[in-house]
Amino acid sequence: MKLSRNWLDEFTRVGVSDKEFCDRMTMSGSKVETLDVLGEDITNVVAGKVTEIVRHPDSDHLWVCQVEVGRDKPVQIVTGAQNVQQGDLVPVALDGSTLPGDKRIEKGVLRGVPSEGMLCSLGELGLTVNDYPYAIADGIFILQEPCEVGQDIREVVGLRDSVVDFEITNNRPDCLSVRGLAREAAATFDTPLDLPEPKVKGSGDSILNYLDVDILEPDLCPRYTARFVKNVRIAPSPEWMRRRLRASGIRPINNIVDITNYVMLEYGQPMHSFDYRCITGSHILVRRANKGEQMATLDGSPRTLTPDMLVIADEKKAIGLAGVMGGENSEITEDTTAVVFESANFNGTSIRRTAIALGMRTDASSRFEKGLDPLGTLPAVERACELVELLDAGDVVDGVIDVVARDSAPRKLRLEPEKIDRLLGIEPSPEYMRRVLEKLGFTFDGDEMTIPSWRGDVEHYSDIAEEVARFYGYDRIPATAFRGVITQGGLTEKQTLEQSCRRLCRDMGFHEILTYSFIGQSDNDLSGMPADHPLRDSFRILNPLGEDSAVMRTTLLSTLLKSLALNNNRRNRDVKLFDLGKVYLKDDASPLARETRHLALGAYGEGGEFYAMKGAVEAVLRLMRVREPEFRACGDHYAYHPGRCAKICAADGRELGVFGEIHPNVRANYGIADPLCAAELDFDALCACRGEDPQYVPLPRFPAVLRDLAVVCDEEITVCRLEKCIREAGGDLLKAVDFFDVYRGLPIAPGKKSVAFSLSFRGEDRSLKDGDIEPHMNAILEALESQLGAKLR
Amino acid sequence: MKNKLEEIRAKSLAAIQEALDPSALDAVRVQYLGKKGSLSAVLKQLGSVSPEERPAMGQLANEVRAKIEAALNERGKALQDALLERKLREETLDVTIPGKAVETGAKHPLQIVWDECVDIFVGMGFQVAEGPEVELSTYDFDKLNIPEGHTVREWTDTFYITEDEKVHLRCQTSPVQVRVMEQQKPPIRIISPGRVYRKDEIDATHSPMFHQLEGLVVDKGITMGDLKGCLDVMLKRLYGPETVTRFRPHHFPFTEPSCEVDIQCFECHGAGCRVCKGEGWIELLGAGMVHPKVLSGCGIDPDEYSGFAFGVGLERLVMRRFSISDLRLLFDNDVRFLRQFS
Repeated sequence: MKLSRNWLDEFTRVGVSDKEFCDRMTMSGSKVETLDVLGEDITNVVAGKVTEIVRHPDSDHLWVCQVEVGRDKPVQIVTGAQNVQQGDLVPVALDGSTLPGDKRIEKGVLRGVPSEGMLCSLGELGLTVNDYPYAIADGIFILQEPCEVGQDIREVVGLRDSVVDFEITNNRPDCLSVRGLAREAAATFDTPLDLPEPKVKGSGDSILNYLDVDILEPDLCPRYTARFVKNVRIAPSPEWMRRRLRASGIRPINNIVDITNYVMLEYGQPMHSFDYRCITGSHILVRRANKGEQMATLDGSPRTLTPDMLVIADEKKAIGLAGVMGGENSEITEDTTAVVFESANFNGTSIRRTAIALGMRTDASSRFEKGLDPLGTLPAVERACELVELLDAGDVVDGVIDVVARDSAPRKLRLEPEKIDRLLGIEPSPEYMRRVLEKLGFTFDGDEMTIPSWRGDVEHYSDIAEEVARFYGYDRIPATAFRGVITQGGLTEKQTLEQSCRRLCRDMGFHEILTYSFIGQSDNDLSGMPADHPLRDSFRILNPLGEDSAVMRTTLLSTLLKSLALNNNRRNRDVKLFDLGKVYLKDDASPLARETRHLALGAYGEGGEFYAMKGAVEAVLRLMRVREPEFRACGDHYAYHPGRCAKICAADGRELGVFGEIHPNVRANYGIADPLCAAELDFDALCACRGEDPQYVPLPRFPAVLRDLAVVCDEEITVCRLEKCIREAGGDLLKAVDFFDVYRGLPIAPGKKSVAFSLSFRGEDRSLKDGDIEPHMNAILEALESQLGAKLR
Repeated sequence: MKNKLEEIRAKSLAAIQEALDPSALDAVRVQYLGKKGSLSAVLKQLGSVSPEERPAMGQLANEVRAKIEAALNERGKALQDALLERKLREETLDVTIPGKAVETGAKHPLQIVWDECVDIFVGMGFQVAEGPEVELSTYDFDKLNIPEGHTVREWTDTFYITEDEKVHLRCQTSPVQVRVMEQQKPPIRIISPGRVYRKDEIDATHSPMFHQLEGLVVDKGITMGDLKGCLDVMLKRLYGPETVTRFRPHHFPFTEPSCEVDIQCFECHGAGCRVCKGEGWIELLGAGMVHPKVLSGCGIDPDEYSGFAFGVGLERLVMRRFSISDLRLLFDNDVRFLRQFS
């Protein structure tokens, strides 16, 4: 909301600097976005009178003027403009003056004739023909404003003003008006407030002779108020009105249209004017649009309407889109002779939806959508008619049509200072509270307040507390430490584990990434997920920004691969990333998602080999104290190399995750040439199968005896099976079996491999001798050979 | 004999000093102290010395032996030291050659700020509450005093999951407030950091998914002064003790009174500059006293209890903290960006 301080002064005189005005208004709740000091960039430009004009001796288009500018003698100025006459009043930019657009004017010599400055056009002063309809665009601005020779041009053309642009919160549509902001300013600066009531003289006759109004949709239009003006004389509105419209960012058009805009700015109540001859049947109906109904709006665009939309219609057709924009068919034109002023109250949500659906948010709709004062229609239409009389723009016919389809009773509240004090932690006096509230339009009957009709946002003592606090000053409320019962802060066990897990991953060289929760189905395609895979059954966003962000992810793999691919494409070498985030799974028992935390790791380059990834996964499993996890070869995961992928299972068989080398086809989908590995673990499941806290076990008192063992076996025999066999056959004294090498090639036969383990034997009560170990080694060898066909190498 | 001993002493000591390496020194030891060495040879003659002189001669011989041994040891140690020193000197490394790389991963800048905030509030007795991101409109809208027809409920603003508008992606962390208040009686002190979703196109300052941190305190006698005190602590911890804050009236449906909190621009200290777009202040978060309708909707009597709540966008804190001008960098996951936060 752009506010002209000159206009504001009409209602309450706030004699402070622009800076102080902006600061204090901001602190009382009307946040200032920008301050525009009009004419700031115009200096040393004055009104001058051309006393003599002759042809330039050396040019066929230049003129040499003598111009009185209030100095001892006239200044000589050379101009190329052709519309200047002797006796004209013109804007004169003197030597050393500045104009909008960082222009600087200095004296000079034009074709041998000295010139003391420049005569200005509208454009050079930052004005347009809309501001001064009597002037021309391509020529000197010949002033018709009352002014004195030598007077600062900013005063003459109304550029001595500051325009403050406020960010008005949605709950305060009343502040989208000069009068609303005047109330705020008067309460902020404690200045007297004068909000005059409009008075219409009238010219006899009766509106009832001309117009009927019916509201067919009382819920969408609680009130419709109209007045009628005949003998309309369309003309430009006066300079003061155009100036204020311009300052508020509205383009002046003609007196009738300008009046409706002026009243909207002043009262916050949007208005509309219809050309009476276009209202078929002299009957206005407020109804829903018919399905597919067509109407051209004032901006010249044809619109196709739906029954959700409210229109203003006559007996034949729609003549306006209620609360948004008038119809082209009832537009005020040069030859309009009679006008209906509409001032109505519409349902905010309905107006907003119509404006959004048609993509045409207007000054009117943006006010209506916030819910306007139900009692605001009458004063606004009265003010419009008062202005018609003031501007002599027509004859206001007596009488008002005011259809009240939904009545609204004034709300009342008790002023309860002690409750307010308790909420704010300060104790302003009840008298102070009352004074502030009265400034804002609250009326009192003892402790009982009547809330002004334009304050639909006030309904509870906490609202009153805010009114008091914002004028008392939020900054004057002392900052305190809250008292009361001590609460124990802290993280839950799972939150702590999450932190530890993130730290471990970082310590292992993985960088933490941040990925979107939603992906596209095409991302699942890229990661190789089959079309009928259960993880495709995901939450879909019905109104996504695009298809690439339309489904909630059910795995972290696709976002991880995307991040790895981005790095690979940017030629970043040796990249290790991790993501600890949520996946969103369907849950039969709930309309909401089973939001489960997963941990994804991914790497290429150094540290991107299978066993490096497995080492990282094992470190995470250790951190999470997953006891005896099992790695099961997995040849059928859509995203992984069938021979280089494993499922991770807990001791009870529960699946905890999967890891491996990414399938070359999947890799190729992302344009990654080099092998890469990934892992995805169900973090919540890891937490669930976390083992007990460790208990101390006494350190061994006797040394261990180590024996290395290398056996040759078939390729298919896994290390895990060999190890298990060794453990089972090794007896109580065998304390550890550590794999350390696998060898293929000569002299080992093709299809066979040699696997080496280091075995550690230890007694609890003595140092072991060879003789103690021998039988166990024999038992191990025998078991390996009989069960797995593995022979000592 | 005495003369012989003196001669051995002098010669051996000289030889010891002349020995330049351990083997030469060893030869000296054998020459003088060995079984067939000079000293042994002299001692064999001890028998021929008169009994009166014998003890003195014996003592002298022992003195000479001790002297030689001490000199041998001393010289031996010096030679060893010299040898070691030479060896070590030969092992000299160029200490300016870079170390063997051990790359540790970096914390994502968002996580840095997230963890800092959590630390601050845990220290003030807060717990960290979590809630669903696919949320019911009841919790994200109705119970937060955002009635049907409110603009944030439009399909242009919120991502919907069901046609009946009952399930959507939460557009704020505030529904966690409601869930906590429904399940827990005051005193309540929670923060709830998490992901939220709004239908904004991605650009340098907007993202359809971002992170908020919500705070909620409900107890008897909680005032707006307490809200100011709490946020003051947070902002000073985040931005340093010199931080100047400003509480400015604002509007949110679920708090009353409401405020926005600005911090004074670090760059210009309030004078107005490019960083703060001439305002002198930077808007940081929204807050207020929990709306009585919200309290009573959760079964908490607003006449007995009061509370405050606040919400802050974490991306905004992150961008300010690390001078990041484009939000998209946070979601790109380019390691050249991530490594900067190691």
